[in-house]
Amino acid sequence: MPVPLSHYLTLAAILFTIGVFGIFVNRKNVIVILMAIELLLLAVNINFVAFSAYLGDLAGQIFAIFVLTVAAAEAAIGLAIVLVYFRNRGSIEVEDINLMKG
Amino acid sequence: MTAAMTDLVPALPEVFLFVAGLVLLFLGVFRERDGLAIVNPLVVLTLLVAAVLTIGIDKGPVVAFDGHFVFDGFAAFLKVLIYVSAALGVMMAPAYLADERMGRFEFPVLALFATLGMGMMVSANSLLALYMGLELQSLSLYVMAAFQRDSTRASEAGLKYFVLGALASGMLLYGASLVYGFTGTLSFEVLARRFLVGEGAAGLPAGAVVGLVFVIAGMAFKLSAVPFHMWTPDVYEGAPTPVTAFFAAAPKVAAMGLVLRLLFQPFGDWAAQWQQVIVLVSVASMILGAFAAIGQTNIKRLMAYSAIGHVGYALVGVAAGGVAGVNAVLVYMAIYVVMTLGTFACILLMRRHGRYVEGIADLAGLSRSRPGMALALGILMFSLAGIPPAAGFFGKLYVFLAAVDAGLVWLALVGVLTSVVGAYYYLRIVKIMYFDEPAEAFDSMARPELHGIAVLAAVLVAGFLLLPGPLLSSAEAAARALLP
Repeated sequence: MPVPLSHYLTLAAILFTIGVFGIFVNRKNVIVILMAIELLLLAVNINFVAFSAYLGDLAGQIFAIFVLTVAAAEAAIGLAIVLVYFRNRGSIEVEDINLMKG
Repeated sequence: MTAAMTDLVPALPEVFLFVAGLVLLFLGVFRERDGLAIVNPLVVLTLLVAAVLTIGIDKGPVVAFDGHFVFDGFAAFLKVLIYVSAALGVMMAPAYLADERMGRFEFPVLALFATLGMGMMVSANSLLALYMGLELQSLSLYVMAAFQRDSTRASEAGLKYFVLGALASGMLLYGASLVYGFTGTLSFEVLARRFLVGEGAAGLPAGAVVGLVFVIAGMAFKLSAVPFHMWTPDVYEGAPTPVTAFFAAAPKVAAMGLVLRLLFQPFGDWAAQWQQVIVLVSVASMILGAFAAIGQTNIKRLMAYSAIGHVGYALVGVAAGGVAGVNAVLVYMAIYVVMTLGTFACILLMRRHGRYVEGIADLAGLSRSRPGMALALGILMFSLAGIPPAAGFFGKLYVFLAAVDAGLVWLALVGVLTSVVGAYYYLRIVKIMYFDEPAEAFDSMARPELHGIAVLAAVLVAGFLLLPGPLLSSAEAAARALLP
């Protein structure tokens, strides 16, 4: 029995929500935020691939491959910025990111 | 000509930017010691050539790359604006970068690639092209924000911008996936055709509406509109000033162009679905921009709240819709870019004892030590406040007129009231410059490019009333190209 589309969409929605909460509720470590960002993008990929299979249209899977590529570049840049920040500040605690209010 | 070659013609400015970017990157690597001094003027030149190429090619509208890319009068107007303002932004940077010991050639090259992404954004004709253009722009901007590697504030600004920007990209992508899933297509043209309003037409599926709201949220972040503005003040304050100047001009135009194309082409018949969202974002931005700026002491932070407010005013035109609304938004963005670049040129001239200062109080009594600079900044502040006869007044006038014609009288009213509140903090700067006890004079610096840009912006803003024709007619043509 094939898995219905709604199951994939629910899974993606749950992962996406966990990712958003990972960014906002997390008060510990910036690396966790980077992981949450990856989770967001992967949730979107599940959506794209599920829709693509359901619609019988390849465009969604191609989009998913593009998203993977961009996610890799984004992770590289994100880690580089975290590294620069750590060198200056000596900490990557989320609570320490408070030099400017906002 | 083969099919692949004809595809390249409408994308000629972008192809040129891309090739030039790669060449300049190599050039910079091989000229390690004086890289910035060589690469920076070449990047400015490249961007200006791209603007000329944009004017030169056929404004079709031409669709290329299997419908992912479109070049029309609307894209041409925005691209010229983006390329010229990016060129001016890059032109302002090298002296500051060298002074602050970060004069590396990667800066102009990153700006070039960010601008290439902006060009792709305004020419995007599918959700895939939209995403790729947006990410090329954003990834370059993240690095630029953290460009001052040894500064804690700059790296903190970069980190905040990166985290919130990635979240916004995620929301936009999630929205794009829902739109794709519930409509079965990525192409803007097919979306527009499949969901025409009329007899027996299929309504827009609810899932696609939810997706559209997610996409608008992602775009609102890039525009720094409330409630997605949290990053703006910190990034404007923390990033090096030339980066802030770059952020404040071209990316805003590109994001606004993308919003206009997305809302008026594929979803043009569904204004009822997105208008309330835009109205809400617009009102919130105008109010926050007016009130939060009052207590600021740092001029870059003040400009951040000013940017939030101005995006709110421009969105009034988006909510109004129609040719008049789009036209008003385009005129507004053009005037806003000129005002912002001029103001940042003045901010870059604020240097005392070899250190750059950013406090509003540092401007005290500027009219006595630097009458010319005080006059230019004063004119720009009057224009930002929207006081006639400066250009900023006419930008607001067109936007509010479009809103009144579209039956959104109360929205225009909110706009006028928040402008009055906003005028307080702009005029306070004029008061500090002209009537306060003079602070110590700024260092005198030979920076012809900064003086030139400040004077040019002040003259354009003050003289808009004398010669408004070229801007108004080209914006009108662009608006008609978007809404045939």
